[in-house]
Amino acid sequence: MKFSKFSALAATTALCAPMAYADGHMSNELTLVSWGGAYQSSQHKAYVEPYLAMNPGLKVIWDESSAEAVAKLRAMNEAGNVTWDLVDAVASDSMRLCDEGLAEEIDHDNDLAAAPDGTSASDDFGALLVSDCFVPQIVYSTTFGYRTDLIDKPDSVCAIFDLDKYPGKRSLQKRPIDNMEWALYCDGVAKDDIYDTLSTPEGVDKALAKLDTIKDSVVWWSAGAETPQLLADGEVVMGSTYNGRLFSAIAEQNQPIGMLWDMQSFDLDGWVMPAGLPEDRKARAMDFLKFATDTQRLADQAKYISYGPARASSAPLVGKHAELGIDMAPHMPTDPANAGNVHVYDYEWWADNRDDLDGKFQAWLAK
Amino acid sequence: MALTPVKKQTPTFTASVSAAAGAFAGLFVGTAQGSGLLGIVVGALLMAILGFVSTGLIEKEKIVRAVVLVACGIAGFAIGGLPAGIIGALFGLFFGWFVFWLATGRYRSRLAPYLTSGQVLWHFTFRVICGVIFVFLITPILVVMPLSFNAQDFFTFTPEMLRFEAEGYSLKHYRDFFTSDQWQSALRNSLTIAPMATVLSVGFGTLAAIGLSQPHVPFRRAIMAILISPMIVPLIISAAGMYFFYSRIGLQGTYFGVVLAHAALGIPFVIITVTATLVGFDRSLTRAAANMGADPVTTFFKVQMPLILPGVISGGLFAFITSFDEVVVVLFVGSAGQKTLPWQMFTGLREQISPTILAVATILVVISICLLTTVEMLRRRSERLRGITPT
Amino acid sequence: MSDTTNSGPVLAADGTPLKRSLARALRMQKIRALMLIAPLLLFVLLTFILPIADMLFRSVENQIVSETLPRTVVALADWDSESGEAPDEEVFTALAEDMKIAAEAKLHTRVGSRLNYENPGISSLFRKAGRKAKKWDIENDGPFKEKFLDIHKNWGSPDVWRTIQVYSPKLTNGYFLNAADMKKGADGAEWRPENEQIYWTLFIRTLIMSLAITTSCIILGYPVAWILANLPSRSANLLMILVLLPFWTSLLVRTSAWKVMLQQQGVINETLVWLGLVADDARLVMINNQFGTIVAMTHILLPFMILPMYSVMQTINPTYLRAAKSLGATNWTSFWRVYFPQSVPGIGAGSILVFILSIGYYITPELVGGTKGVFISNRIAFHISSSLNWGLAAALGTILLVVVLGLYWAYDKIVGIDNVKLG
Repeated sequence: MKFSKFSALAATTALCAPMAYADGHMSNELTLVSWGGAYQSSQHKAYVEPYLAMNPGLKVIWDESSAEAVAKLRAMNEAGNVTWDLVDAVASDSMRLCDEGLAEEIDHDNDLAAAPDGTSASDDFGALLVSDCFVPQIVYSTTFGYRTDLIDKPDSVCAIFDLDKYPGKRSLQKRPIDNMEWALYCDGVAKDDIYDTLSTPEGVDKALAKLDTIKDSVVWWSAGAETPQLLADGEVVMGSTYNGRLFSAIAEQNQPIGMLWDMQSFDLDGWVMPAGLPEDRKARAMDFLKFATDTQRLADQAKYISYGPARASSAPLVGKHAELGIDMAPHMPTDPANAGNVHVYDYEWWADNRDDLDGKFQAWLAK
Repeated sequence: MALTPVKKQTPTFTASVSAAAGAFAGLFVGTAQGSGLLGIVVGALLMAILGFVSTGLIEKEKIVRAVVLVACGIAGFAIGGLPAGIIGALFGLFFGWFVFWLATGRYRSRLAPYLTSGQVLWHFTFRVICGVIFVFLITPILVVMPLSFNAQDFFTFTPEMLRFEAEGYSLKHYRDFFTSDQWQSALRNSLTIAPMATVLSVGFGTLAAIGLSQPHVPFRRAIMAILISPMIVPLIISAAGMYFFYSRIGLQGTYFGVVLAHAALGIPFVIITVTATLVGFDRSLTRAAANMGADPVTTFFKVQMPLILPGVISGGLFAFITSFDEVVVVLFVGSAGQKTLPWQMFTGLREQISPTILAVATILVVISICLLTTVEMLRRRSERLRGITPT
Repeated sequence: MSDTTNSGPVLAADGTPLKRSLARALRMQKIRALMLIAPLLLFVLLTFILPIADMLFRSVENQIVSETLPRTVVALADWDSESGEAPDEEVFTALAEDMKIAAEAKLHTRVGSRLNYENPGISSLFRKAGRKAKKWDIENDGPFKEKFLDIHKNWGSPDVWRTIQVYSPKLTNGYFLNAADMKKGADGAEWRPENEQIYWTLFIRTLIMSLAITTSCIILGYPVAWILANLPSRSANLLMILVLLPFWTSLLVRTSAWKVMLQQQGVINETLVWLGLVADDARLVMINNQFGTIVAMTHILLPFMILPMYSVMQTINPTYLRAAKSLGATNWTSFWRVYFPQSVPGIGAGSILVFILSIGYYITPELVGGTKGVFISNRIAFHISSSLNWGLAAALGTILLVVVLGLYWAYDKIVGIDNVKLG
């Protein structure tokens, strides 16, 4: 993870003169964009370190810009100067990028490794291939953690709306996605009807009215690290965040926090390749992509963080935590014990209604 | 230097003022222990006695103060263990000094002799108010410093820390900072970008400030407005504008782009400080130099520069710190290769909970203190050079 | 001095009339001054002013619709949006052709997302139509109206077509209307429904909060500036370090420190509970609301108030106060009638500086503001990096910038920009 001044300068030079590398050869620079923190370091250990061992001359540069990936890629594309080789993005962002022609389409069967038993990549990933430009790595979920010493063990997501039984503050993400669905679900709307209800103005009002009942007890977060901090401080008694963050607070930091898996919201995270890369860089990125998304690599990542590997064939290979030595499978969102009642959010629906609902949600927040 | 002759105060005066202070402190200790009223009474009584006694023991000041200190420390320890003991000792230290400060009449020595007692009281109340505001100013630093030695990975004062147990503290966040490649490269980037941006803004800025301070400059106001604008335009607008524009001309994600952006942000500070120095600049000096045959360049370096140097340096430091503490613009204009310290801190706050940023902050505060001391010394030097003696 | 009686023009040493010689000297001086300023001026214009102008232009720019759908825009010009019916086959054929070209270049979804800001749902209409349109043969595959309606029934909705028609010009005031909680309705601008109105609230809140922050900075800054100006310079300079130290500590760190201080399990609440002043179950809520934002921002901006006040107060002669007192004025009168009026320029300078800076802040409100403490800049940042509605972000930014520049102008008029001093 060295990006010394020299290598950065070298990267700039390489970008300014992509023609300097003869076609067919692979570039010796690889700029990967990810989220930083424990997640990025798990990617580094599981994918990059073994890949570097195979390719000694290569320099890998990490950019922690995934949160602004779509905006930055759009601006880079406008300017015709794309400096990234592979971008780690959530599924909805990958779909936006693909739609706008900002991401390269990937032929999953030809470009990616097949499973060890010969199953083709597209069958191995199955339904998780939500977009033509997207190579999924992990399944993560947005779910709830609660303070085991401050409140009783909740067993339904609706505990967040029950201030009598579970008094105290809760933290929720400052966006409509997931929160609106949970609100409707706890207001008695059947799981299958959630998006139909939300498509009507009355449904939106209904969801906001439900959220209104706890509005004064909510701390709104925008960065994944906030909820674990708030839980550790005892500032909130329960809160939503990404399940990996809760795992690290519980297992690595020994905080008195428990997991509530009910109605966890599944989401995907994976690689996207920016469109219009020069041949040498594209070849390098493809080579890395093929290696980093094979069955073993995806299973290896689960040694460092509790996110489920996206390939079906990786699941049996998930082992123990690299440092703590505990079994990782029970901490995966995809583990059958945890995935009893899950919420799968509708990417297409949100792509259409995101701007509109966000306006209403923010107006409601500001009231 | 005593403006007013020091004279011993009456025991009644000392006793009553100390009793008031004692009652105030007693209120807090009392409520913490369950009864505010009892606290007030006991505090007032104890302090009244102390005040009364001490007027008779002025010669034995040191011994009495030591006794008070130890007694309060022990009392505190008995109430609430080590932390309370330390707070108690601090109380003792303060009250020991306070009663003798009253009893000996020292408090009046620096005040004008004609002040009424009401004015004296106001004078000290005002100082206390100012003290509180100064505490407000440095509170965050007082919080950050101990937390940076936290043994846990959260921004929380753990029970172990509050009990002053050794296992509650650790240097691991400092170790993280010095051993992590990411932090080190961020530090290197900051240390590369900030000086380059500073040199650019100081170079251009000083020249322009000299130009602006000439007696006849057309469109002076308009030019000034343009040059100051980077300080005035909301940062998010600057960041977005530069981001779009620099991407288009291929500067986004390059060192040069970040340096240019930071230089632009630092310019107002250089302009402001250097023009301020030039206001006090005696123009006849340059004329005298020219008269003696010096060419403009020599005049600039030999006469003008040494005199405005403090202004230039302090402007440069402001420009430096602007770049060194800037997160919004670099987040947009920079990319992985140019990740600076504030950017790394921002990721640290957003993506992982790591008090390492507090350790970094502590280190930076220490560096800031050094820099500020330098500025202060430079200013004294400049005042000496200009013949203004500090009072 | 000779006692010459010449009545002709006064001559300079080289024989030219003195007036002309002086004028030339003055011109030279002006040129020299401009030469010194020119490099910086150019630098700031290129690296700063130009990018901002470029960014602000996005608030009215709307070329994407007419560039991606040129034929449709022309064909649609004659359509009457009041008719209540979808346009006829001619328009659909034009759209099919445009869509095919756009879909091959992958531009159709960009128009879709652009129009989706105005009419939710259009994004997926374009996405779905583009997928099909790629395979169409424009010459032979008609008629297209049915084909579009097959893809999605909303292609027949006049509302969708009206949106395309309204947003076909190259320049639009739509973003500005949006920024003022309005939208382009059937008959010109109209208010958005109440549950979507947010920007007025935010602008007004930003102004009120900035005012509150400025006021608390004045209240806290005045005594400090006074004591700094009236202490002997050695102790004053030491105290000055205390003022400048937080100024030089990372903004992010100071904001997180305030979080640690103010939260319900934080330092202040713990102390109050320990002292018994506050019950354990009635801890004060001091963060994630307006109070927290005001405290943290006051702390961050206080040095910007103290420094200009200090430099003004330093110039006030303390003997005036003593003179007033010796003439029989009370403490209060001598302060209020003699000292305070002289310090007003400092207050003015500090206030406008703090006000302007606080209006544009966004990181601190984001971290400690909760829902009631966010500023308009937070929304700008959101539209830039998250919703990607850059036009709206630019429109909001333009409005904010106009307000700030108005204040800046007032500042220059009242105080004069030269009178700002930092340390």
